[in-house]
Amino acid sequence: MSKIWKLGNDIDTDIILPTEYLAFETVKEMKPYAFSPLRPDLASKIQPGDIIVAGNNFGCGSSREQAPEVVKALGISCIVAKSFARIFFRNAINNGLLLVEQPDLYDQVEEGDEAEVIPGKEIIVNGKSYPIANLPENLMEILEAGGLVKAMRKRNGLD
Amino acid sequence: MGHTLVEKIIGNKVGHEVKPGDIVTVDVDWCMIDDIMVPFAVQKFEEMGFSKVAKPDSVVLIYDHFLPATQVDDSRHFRAGDAFAEKYGIKNVHRTDGICHQLMTEAGYVKPGDISFGTDSHTVTYGCVGAFATGIGYTEMAGILGTGQLWIKVPETIKIEIDGTLNGNVTSKDIILRIIGDLTASGATYQALEFTGSTVEAMSVASRMTISNMSVEAGAKCGLFAPDEKTCDYCKIPYDDKIKELHGDDDAKYARILRYRAEEFEPVCACPSLVDNIKPVKELKDIKVNQVFLGSCTNGRLEDLRIAASILKGKHVAPYVKMIVTPASRKIYREALADGTLEILSDAGAIITTPGCGLCCGRGGGILCDDEVVVATNNRNFLGRMGTNKVQIYLASPATAAATAVAGEIVEA
Amino acid sequence: MGMTMAEKIIAAAAGKASCKAGDIETVTLDRLMSNDGTTHLTIDMYNGLKNPHIADTEKLVWIIDHNIPADSPKTAASHKKMRDFAKEHGITFYEGEGVCHQIMMENHVRPGELIFGADSHTCAYGALGAFGTGVGCTDYLYAMVTGTSWLLVPETIRFNLHGNLKPGVYARDLILTIIGKISANGANYKAMEFAGDGVHNLSIADRISICNLCVEAGAKTALMEVDDVALEYLKEHGREPKAIYKSDEDANFAEVFDIDLASVEPIVAKPHFVDNVVPVSECEGVKIDEAFLGSCNNGRIEDLRVGAAVIKGKHVAKKVRFLVVPASRAVYKQALKEGLLDIFMEAGAMVMNPNCSVCWGACQGVIGEGETLISTGTRNFKGRAGHKDSFVYLASAATVTASAIKGYITSAEV
Repeated sequence: MSKIWKLGNDIDTDIILPTEYLAFETVKEMKPYAFSPLRPDLASKIQPGDIIVAGNNFGCGSSREQAPEVVKALGISCIVAKSFARIFFRNAINNGLLLVEQPDLYDQVEEGDEAEVIPGKEIIVNGKSYPIANLPENLMEILEAGGLVKAMRKRNGLD
Repeated sequence: MGHTLVEKIIGNKVGHEVKPGDIVTVDVDWCMIDDIMVPFAVQKFEEMGFSKVAKPDSVVLIYDHFLPATQVDDSRHFRAGDAFAEKYGIKNVHRTDGICHQLMTEAGYVKPGDISFGTDSHTVTYGCVGAFATGIGYTEMAGILGTGQLWIKVPETIKIEIDGTLNGNVTSKDIILRIIGDLTASGATYQALEFTGSTVEAMSVASRMTISNMSVEAGAKCGLFAPDEKTCDYCKIPYDDKIKELHGDDDAKYARILRYRAEEFEPVCACPSLVDNIKPVKELKDIKVNQVFLGSCTNGRLEDLRIAASILKGKHVAPYVKMIVTPASRKIYREALADGTLEILSDAGAIITTPGCGLCCGRGGGILCDDEVVVATNNRNFLGRMGTNKVQIYLASPATAAATAVAGEIVEA
Repeated sequence: MGMTMAEKIIAAAAGKASCKAGDIETVTLDRLMSNDGTTHLTIDMYNGLKNPHIADTEKLVWIIDHNIPADSPKTAASHKKMRDFAKEHGITFYEGEGVCHQIMMENHVRPGELIFGADSHTCAYGALGAFGTGVGCTDYLYAMVTGTSWLLVPETIRFNLHGNLKPGVYARDLILTIIGKISANGANYKAMEFAGDGVHNLSIADRISICNLCVEAGAKTALMEVDDVALEYLKEHGREPKAIYKSDEDANFAEVFDIDLASVEPIVAKPHFVDNVVPVSECEGVKIDEAFLGSCNNGRIEDLRVGAAVIKGKHVAKKVRFLVVPASRAVYKQALKEGLLDIFMEAGAMVMNPNCSVCWGACQGVIGEGETLISTGTRNFKGRAGHKDSFVYLASAATVTASAIKGYITSAEV
């Protein structure tokens, strides 16, 4: 079971990781500052395996890939939102971070609820099932390879 | 059955007809990597195990976000870029010339019909010359560096038709802000925007850039204008039959068509802290400002500086208010020097900085503190973008920004 | 027994007919300058006073110049505190108009005045025959509240300058040479006084450059005789002297140096001390990452003219960042009118808004690990311009510009 952290609509990339911290050499250094403009204490509370539930347009704004990387580094196993911004979506998949679009879940769960995510099938919260769709095939390939870097390494005959 | 502009650009590139939803792999004409993302892209490129860059001449490195450097680690990014360029034979490196999105067309790289990707979301700007251009992450960029290709899903298109003549104090910034308000910040996600109509035809390429640039704020994959004679002049290419073909067909299938009359636009602001929180300037009463920022890839061009100068000429920025002007490129700075624009702005008390991203990227150039209010001509007013999360950011046109600087509170020009 | 210039100014400020080195005098200040380096601290202390009060608001000049435009919310908050206080109390206030000492020279300093500035380079005001000295914010606060302070009357080292500098040699080479000669603490607690025919051959810009850097020899203040050149400068800027003083023939000097200006050569101060000076030729070939033409020491129109003449028709080396920072808005506008800004921009330099810039080591042009800067700024202390493991060389506008073109330290062709 995964604990739910609930965020709102239009969670932009500057909220996910402000520009001030983009030049840190490693994602590890960036971690404490994730979501800091909105909820400065959130990064320290997230535990590995937790999930984020949000409204529309999650990840809108910049193409900064540090945003999905830092969310993954915090241990978030999946983001469930009504919708995602386009660049964030590609970046997340390329880093092996699972994103799920689900229209109803957001309005029916609370922060702190426990969820079970079964990829490609459903999310179960408070005994209720919310159906989720599979990703397109080309994206599943990247996700299954563990991200684009690993997919490319395979292409280049390295792994 | 006709095609939209984006379908034509992608179709030309892959050599067969395409329709929305098709997933195709395209040869990439231009890769733009900015200074923030350079070290990360290089790291991913190396992790992927490539031994050479597929098309070094298609790669452009531009240092702009960290110029001038405000933190001791900033120059590490320049060194990483220089080392990468040297190792892989990349010749196109701009170290102090201005904002990446300005330079990609201004310096003669992106042309109509090209396909470009950049490690910055405002890569959509190049749609102003009828190029397919969009932002990607550094991992995908690393993949393109190695392969010269990327997969894309052919987007549906929202056509936006604007006809008529704009009122004197209305600029293309007011148009795109209003459209984002109407579409909402996610209203064009995964889709292309295509701008047409007599108002658009009458616009300068610079004004179109403002619109293309902010298309991403409605979630769009790209924001396109059909290239015309003005485009070709700007790109220094002939206006030939091939270029003339690059427009949406009358019988193309659009996801939506939005029609506007130019006369119905008015000066607007995107109010804190969402780009789609659009209000007419005249409804914003008694909002005192601490700072005004004129610049960015959205509105740091010569015509923007000239609009501000025409309003500030013989006047002075209000007491205890700062006005910061950051020209978008070295070329623009020099043109504004030559035509007297910078002198007028300086006489009016503006602080004129060196070209670069400046305040828009939030690492310098006029950061604000709690409870301060800024009117800015750039593209984002996200929480904490220009300082603390208690800074109030209003996005506006250069005209509104300049009038506001003089009045000390938000007003129409 | 005669008196030195320093003794005369202090005596007048103390309301006495005379005083001598070693005396401690209570003086009334003529002017009090403070900038965004420390003013927020002064305000905090002021607000903690039982009976906060400003003796004479007219004498206060507050200037935001170190971190403008602001680079962090913290800086912005300290600026806001300063701006709000200045507005509330009606204090003369400049923001983004240029480096404090240049603003003071252009608008406020008068011969014969005694001026405290909450910045060490306040000694620059001696170029107009004023006694300027740097103080900390506690001393500043006391003076702000009472209008007075105490001063130990300094001994004076006299430098008699003769003749003219050779072409291609600048005031900055002269003062670096002097600091090299007497060392970084060679004038501790003392006044450095410059006189002789050689002074009259120097422009006000040269004089400011010389006086400004005297603190790097430890001096309490620097002073120059006021002559027609100084009076003309004052007239152009719409001011009159308060009083004109000159050391008496029989004044007592701690030391006297005679310097033939023609003997001065282009000089570089190597990391990490200002007195670590060598001829430029000894540093020839040291690779640089950044070059800086600006600061209260060398950001005036004369300096920009020197740089522009060197770089005109040439280009900044490929990987070098060349920051050109006019010292004030007046300098910026003059350089704009003369076409100098365009010469620099065409050559690939980065023309900045007037401010302290990388001389202060924050806000803009910060250098990274292992990087080297050649600078017309005031100091080359370890870490001064950015990373703790970086290197700063000080040189003249000509040497800095020539080095920016080559990408390594070299002297300008004369």
